[in-house]
Amino acid sequence: MTWVIAVCGVLLTAGAVLAVVRAEKGPSILDRTVALDIVVTTMIAAVALYAAIERRADVVPVLVVLSLVGFVGSVTVARFAAVEPEGEGRVRTREEVAAEDKARREAEESTEGGATDEHGGAAEGEVR
Amino acid sequence: MSLHPRRARPRPQWGTVAWLTVVWVLLWGDLSVGNVLAGIVLGLAVTTGLRMTPLAFHGRVRPLGVVRLATRFAIDVVRASFEVSLLALRPRYTPRGAVIGVQLRSHSDLYLTMTAELCSLVPGSLVVEAHRLTGMLYLHVLDVRQSGGIEAARRAVLDQEERVLRAFASDAELAGTGLPGVRA
Amino acid sequence: MSWDTVADVGSAICLLGGAFLAFAAGVGVLRFPDLLSRMHAGTKPQVLGLILVLVGLALRLRSGGAVWALVLVAIFQMLTAPVAAHMVGRAGYRTGKVRHDLLVVDELTNDLDRLRKEDES
Repeated sequence: MTWVIAVCGVLLTAGAVLAVVRAEKGPSILDRTVALDIVVTTMIAAVALYAAIERRADVVPVLVVLSLVGFVGSVTVARFAAVEPEGEGRVRTREEVAAEDKARREAEESTEGGATDEHGGAAEGEVR
Repeated sequence: MSLHPRRARPRPQWGTVAWLTVVWVLLWGDLSVGNVLAGIVLGLAVTTGLRMTPLAFHGRVRPLGVVRLATRFAIDVVRASFEVSLLALRPRYTPRGAVIGVQLRSHSDLYLTMTAELCSLVPGSLVVEAHRLTGMLYLHVLDVRQSGGIEAARRAVLDQEERVLRAFASDAELAGTGLPGVRA
Repeated sequence: MSWDTVADVGSAICLLGGAFLAFAAGVGVLRFPDLLSRMHAGTKPQVLGLILVLVGLALRLRSGGAVWALVLVAIFQMLTAPVAAHMVGRAGYRTGKVRHDLLVVDELTNDLDRLRKEDES
């Protein structure tokens, strides 16, 4: 019986790790949502595996709650997904972040001489 | 009697209350009078407090059709999962997908939803967009070659809808869709 | 060979099958080329894998009210996974994340374009 537990544990862990890799790579927010939904369902399977080994019935409400929360999370993200500008989904390297900070600071200094906005101005970007 | 949507007395939807009571009793695990009563009270509170459009179910449940739908669905789900797993694990093959539009026969919300749910869980297809007013269902097919072609995928969705209609639709609705051989 | 060992063996088989399907779902979501294909990997093996694991758990627990809550979890999962996939797919279409060049046939875009042209004319 112990080898069954070991094999199941390895398979579930490998599946979750691969889904997390996709969550890191995925070029858009929706890919990451799908990957994290898979991670949550794998967690449900892992908790069920633990309950089966130990024969405990009191962790079953955890399964119910996890299944509901996983679904609500991914539907909420899908509902509010806006159009991302090109290249926004990528994780930037340290040099790129420093270059962006420098460019932003220079832009702020150059516009400070012009009209100053109270409260930072209107909302920018698309709100869907 | 006022027809104003908010001033008219809301009639309790007993079908939904019954379903919520079943969910409550299943959560607690044992069938006792207290649980059933608490479930009914909570169901009434939820349906009157959070009001949603009531679902009009004019159909009738045919046992033979339901059994056929359930067994075919179970077989399809098992087959689907193994097919998609094989596709994921096969070393050098990337699947070529397609998005197809299927015009469903009936114009009811309930059957559209049921067909969409069943088609999403069954081999090869996933519902991407559903237009209620025209009765169109748009599906994404994972691998065109594995489903046997685009027309075969369309046929599979229409067959699924036919099984749903034969299980749950009333006689009048079935006659309206033009399906041959209505069995009692 | 008592019923206990039969149930244990059955539960072990179900748990193995469920874990294998969860692993296949993880591989699928990494390997598939497109957002819509990755959603397939997230819905189908996942649901059946979860049902198998829950059946294995029910065979181990074998009594008590917890088994009925497992039935509820399975029903919830089967009802809600297609809805989540549908909403993600629709959001993907509307925000342009779907790669149309990878699709063999794309009837949704054709119909939407036709409707938009009819609206403009």
